[in-house]
Amino acid sequence: MSTLARRPQLLRWLFVAPALLYMAAFFGYPLLRNVLMSFQHYTPTTYFTGEAPFNGLANWRAVFADPLFTEALWHTALFTAGSLLGQFTIGLALAVFFSRRFRLSGVVRAVLLLPWLVPMVVSAVVWRRILDQEHGVLNTALQALGLSDGGVPWLSSPSVALLSAVLVNIWIGIPFNMVILYGGLQEIPRELHEAAALDGASPWRAFRSVTLPMLRPVITVVLVLGFMSTVKILDLILALTAGGPADATQTLGTVTYQLSFLRLDFGQGAVVGNALVLISAVFAVLYLRANRADFGQGK
Amino acid sequence: MDPSRLRRLRSAWNTAAALLILTVLLFPVYWMLNTALQPASGIAVSWFPTAPSLDSFRLALASQGRAMLTSLAVALGAVAVCLALAAPAAYGLAQSALRGGRSVVFTTLITQMVPGIVIANALYSAYAELGLVNSYLGLILADASLGLPFSIVLLRAFMVSIPGEVVEAALVDGANRFTAFVRIVLPMSRNALITAGLFTFLFAWSDFMFALTLNTTDDVKPVTLGIYQFVGAHVSDWGAVMATAVLSAVPAAVLLVVAQKYIAAGIAGGSVK
Repeated sequence: MSTLARRPQLLRWLFVAPALLYMAAFFGYPLLRNVLMSFQHYTPTTYFTGEAPFNGLANWRAVFADPLFTEALWHTALFTAGSLLGQFTIGLALAVFFSRRFRLSGVVRAVLLLPWLVPMVVSAVVWRRILDQEHGVLNTALQALGLSDGGVPWLSSPSVALLSAVLVNIWIGIPFNMVILYGGLQEIPRELHEAAALDGASPWRAFRSVTLPMLRPVITVVLVLGFMSTVKILDLILALTAGGPADATQTLGTVTYQLSFLRLDFGQGAVVGNALVLISAVFAVLYLRANRADFGQGK
Repeated sequence: MDPSRLRRLRSAWNTAAALLILTVLLFPVYWMLNTALQPASGIAVSWFPTAPSLDSFRLALASQGRAMLTSLAVALGAVAVCLALAAPAAYGLAQSALRGGRSVVFTTLITQMVPGIVIANALYSAYAELGLVNSYLGLILADASLGLPFSIVLLRAFMVSIPGEVVEAALVDGANRFTAFVRIVLPMSRNALITAGLFTFLFAWSDFMFALTLNTTDDVKPVTLGIYQFVGAHVSDWGAVMATAVLSAVPAAVLLVVAQKYIAAGIAGGSVK
């Protein structure tokens, strides 16, 4: 190829290069460095001495031998599954509801976005007050309605705290699910519903055999994006329960944070971080496979 | 009953149901405001702020005002860095003539899936070596990563639809590719740039994890970190905490009112395409 034909290529790449360098530094490098770190021995003095000698599989052994890792893995699975189930079901129901034509529909739909736009830490702090066992408004309301007498230990009992965290995260995720699914519903041609109605299909039947199949690509996207943002959860848990009580709400995200930034054992933190990356990668592959058809068309 | 009356009745019922849903889902937001508006009167908070007072907001501003300014500076910086990187990249990637461009788009999509705590884990070591811990620059650069993949994907989807002839015409008139980009492509992409900028601002303003992990002192303390430390100790004044929460939710509320169409476009465009 002549130099003349090559130059525009080079010029076009110059536009992309800065962003590419940045992504290499802020996404690529951390991924590689984490792998390396998981084989290094970090101590609280590492950042003074600069020494983090390689220690083989010691970090990996230590993490896998700790029952907290298995617990955190299990909590993460429960938290993610519970959150997605709740967010998606309620989000879909609301999307269907707001597809009806009525007054104020658009305004209400817009205002419902607020919980998603508020910083997650802030939401968690507000909920921490609402769920307080003695002074929280939720228990006050439940008692006033005669639904509970002693006050539910939402955040102070190890057997309830994870469920409370899931409920709060469902609340945070509903708007996102609703908006995306609503957008998907609007793209389904109205004639399809009318045809189904003419054929005598009940609304439920029409929903199951017309709406859901047509919505499938959007459903995949919303669930995978939801998974990605939920599995790495950290902000919410730290501000709501700090992983407690009695480690009942520790997730892979909080364990990574605690190992690295509180115990200053960045090597062990990197091991848990790598586990998190591995789990995300598996789902990334599923996502890309689901999106491949769309992707291949070039747009 | 005639059909038009039936339709109106049904619409009214739906509106009522929608308002009920709104009440239930936005109750925590109401409670935040309600608690903030009730003066520090011990523990009991009544259902309505019958005697509203702004004392809590005064306290919040006194203790977290600086943190809010820090958040603002960091978020604006992150928007600047993010758009400066994303806009040219999106333009380059929008051109089908760019060989290998598709794998870059692919990579961009994948970076959205890297857990933030993994980035922070490695970034802290690098920052410690570079002297970027506890610095505005360090936090701004890290926060820009929250909006970059989203912005590239969103801007590229928009720039694909700009006809190539428009730019070619400018090139024929003697402009080089870069001036054509600045004078023609950027102004045409105004709405997409605003959307990308808004979201990056919100992501950076909401950032807690990078603020928590990349700072060891209080030199650079955004409001998310401020409110976290506020409730970390034993809380005696929830009014002030909630007032801080209200203040830190203000950008979200403002954007929802003034930029609603961009928000809707961003959520749909950045995630689905």
